Amino acid sequence: MALLDILLWGVLPYVMVAVLVGGSIWRYRYDQFGWTTRSSQLYESRLLRIGSPLFHFGLLFVIAGHFFGLVIPMAWTEAVGMSQGIYHFNALLVGSLAGICTLGGLAILIYRRRRTGPVFMATTRNDKLMYVVLAAAILLGLWTTVASIGAPETPQNNYRETVSPWFRSLFILQPDIGAMAEAPFSFHLHTLVGMALFTLWPFTRLVHAFTAPLHYLFRPYIVYRSRDERPVAGARARQRGWSQVGTADRDR
Amino acid sequence: MRVMAQMGMVMNLDKCIGCHTCSVTCKQAWTNRAGVEYVWFNNVETRPGQGYPRRYEDQEQWRGGWELNKRGRLKLKAGGRVRKLLGIFASPVQPELKDYYEPWTYDYQNLVQAPLGNDFPVARPKSLITGKDTKITWSANWDDDLGGTAELGHLDPLVEKVRRESEDRIKFEFEQTFMFYLPRICEHCLNPSCMASCPSGAIYKREEDGIVLVDQDRCRGWRQCVTGCPYKKIYFNHKTGKAEKCTFCYPRVEIGLPTVCSETCVGRLRYLGLFLYDADAVTAAASRADPRELYEAQLDLLLDPNDPDVIAGAREQGIPEDWMDAARRSPVYALAKVYRVALPLHPEYRTMPMVWYVPPLSPVVDLLREQGHDAEDRGNLFGAIEALRIPVEYLAELFTAGDTAVVTDVLRKLAAMRAYLRGITLGNDPDDAIAASVGMDGESLYAMYRLMAIAKYEERYVIPKAHVEQAHDLEELGCSLNFEEGPGMYPSGAFGEASGRPTPVAVETFHALKQRQTTEDFAQPGRLQGRVNLLNWDGEGVPEGLFPEKPSDPGRKDTEGDGQ
Ligand code: SF4
Ligand code: SF4
Repeated sequence: MALLDILLWGVLPYVMVAVLVGGSIWRYRYDQFGWTTRSSQLYESRLLRIGSPLFHFGLLFVIAGHFFGLVIPMAWTEAVGMSQGIYHFNALLVGSLAGICTLGGLAILIYRRRRTGPVFMATTRNDKLMYVVLAAAILLGLWTTVASIGAPETPQNNYRETVSPWFRSLFILQPDIGAMAEAPFSFHLHTLVGMALFTLWPFTRLVHAFTAPLHYLFRPYIVYRSRDERPVAGARARQRGWSQVGTADRDR
Repeated sequence: MRVMAQMGMVMNLDKCIGCHTCSVTCKQAWTNRAGVEYVWFNNVETRPGQGYPRRYEDQEQWRGGWELNKRGRLKLKAGGRVRKLLGIFASPVQPELKDYYEPWTYDYQNLVQAPLGNDFPVARPKSLITGKDTKITWSANWDDDLGGTAELGHLDPLVEKVRRESEDRIKFEFEQTFMFYLPRICEHCLNPSCMASCPSGAIYKREEDGIVLVDQDRCRGWRQCVTGCPYKKIYFNHKTGKAEKCTFCYPRVEIGLPTVCSETCVGRLRYLGLFLYDADAVTAAASRADPRELYEAQLDLLLDPNDPDVIAGAREQGIPEDWMDAARRSPVYALAKVYRVALPLHPEYRTMPMVWYVPPLSPVVDLLREQGHDAEDRGNLFGAIEALRIPVEYLAELFTAGDTAVVTDVLRKLAAMRAYLRGITLGNDPDDAIAASVGMDGESLYAMYRLMAIAKYEERYVIPKAHVEQAHDLEELGCSLNFEEGPGMYPSGAFGEASGRPTPVAVETFHALKQRQTTEDFAQPGRLQGRVNLLNWDGEGVPEGLFPEKPSDPGRKDTEGDGQ
């Protein structure tokens, strides 16, 4: 096992997770005000209306696909009678479709960002870096999918026997570095850029994904909040330095 | 019954001279920042006119407010929760900058720096969005004073509606035109659709005074609220990526001062005070099937602060006694419910707006006067109100979902007040028949006149102070005070523009101002935290803090010739 393999597939993933989790927590605490989509719809919405849903919905499918491919062991799908051929065909079909939608959406969004004056003006350096890494991750992902079409059916080429076991082994803290090292180069590259993306994540506008407002489906329409101390759902804790004089009441 | 208190406003449109002072002072106070250049929390529209943003009242296009679904239940006009979430990636109906206007400045530098030549240098308009040369084609009050109305008047959604419904047409020929000004702020609704649209739950209504605010820390920029508000009074800050709205000047109101727009109103036409309302009944009231019943339903929500049941209910909810007292003296309650001359703006949006308007009698009076009639005479006025259908219908579209009877009633009351008072001014005995003809008695007509015409500052603004024992919580609810380093001038955090903790609005400026207004001595510039206060500078020497401190390194040459 080469040292490089250990570093890349045994150490780097944990560094990435540490930065992702630590960075997100830190930013959530420190930079609530900066935690936003920073939507540019106010400037332009014709292209956005096509590009953004295409990209985002495509991405949701891509994420679902990754989950299916990485988390669910091959033995399980075979146990329910899904042959490798069928699985592969489905994965290719859905994967390429989702990937192409995502990429197409992203292309529209990047074109819009570059060509619409106000939107370009509102693009920070941070955004540009994020776009490069995001586009690279998606392109490389598509490449792994397309490249696997013509490839001979060896175990090495089947990511469900190389990448997926490694991915799952990360969670039990016993990374199966050997399996990952076997995988083709395209997968290595895609994984590395993916890890770069997740490392950047907490420090870019991508954080908005972590606050996807699913609780909207359940909360009451009208929100009351008090200025007083009575605990109201959603009220913030008092700020440091404003504690009242006195001692807490004894309950018993 | 759950009694809650609500700060409300009434504007007497007859007195508005369209000077935009309120808009300007509001802008200076709240939206004088990058990202909200195009935003006017308070704007004054000339009606008929398209408004700001353009044609915002056309809810078939903008889909703001509520509607009833097939089962008669309230539902957001832009769609239910699932639909809203699906539309989160690109809001289906959001106004763009061009629907407001592209803010601009002028290249003033060119005036002084242009090389000598035959042509006068000009200050070209520059877009504040792109920084490039721009052509000014629209603004927040482009059609002020009916400017361009002959061409664009038909674009007013209400004009369209009235035209559709009536045989006559609203004429824009000069001699037949009517016109009035409509100042608008956020309505601080009882049933706000902005709040209901917010996926993050960042918009909230304060339990104590009903002011609707956006928690800047919780807002994630999903911008559904912009669509949700039918009055288009939520604005997207394009620099910070957060929604912003009129705050009812809560830092002022909390210490008993009127809002900036009210304080500076030249026509003194704004009234501030408390409403008590039954929070449990709001949804039912907003769900009335017939939109024309919504005005009455909204009035029914307002509770009488003299009613013993209401007083008991208010005590139960912990509303303080001084607030109850303020509610009893509330000018807004008197105008809306006792005299019934103030009407809500567009009750048909079903948001239960809490900024009320006394509709203008001036279109009628002006026309009478122009035609050489006695415009104070009751008979003439009553006759004209009946005859001038177009202004009345237009006002009805604005204030009562098209019910002209209510508007006529209010206008007749205003007309009766004029006629009654003229009699008194001329030294005649008060003619109580005039009062009786609009269902009032002479005494209340006179009281109404006092409130509407000559009420003093303390009578127009009855604002109970927020309770001191809660004071620390009040300031910047949903904002943070724990800034560690001293606040520089709006520093940027690690993530570029506008990230990091915001500098609290109220804390810094408000205490500095209050201190300046209440101390005998000069305010200490140090209290302004890094800003320079030139107001108290007597011209002697150099005001503290105007120039950066010089380094006190004695070896450096430049400190020596300093003349100290
Ligand atoms: S008027 Fe104000 S409170 Fe009412 S829906 Fe609009 S923003 Fe919300
Ligand atoms: S300051 Fe008063 S009179 Fe002037 S435009 Fe505003 S509301 Fe009207």
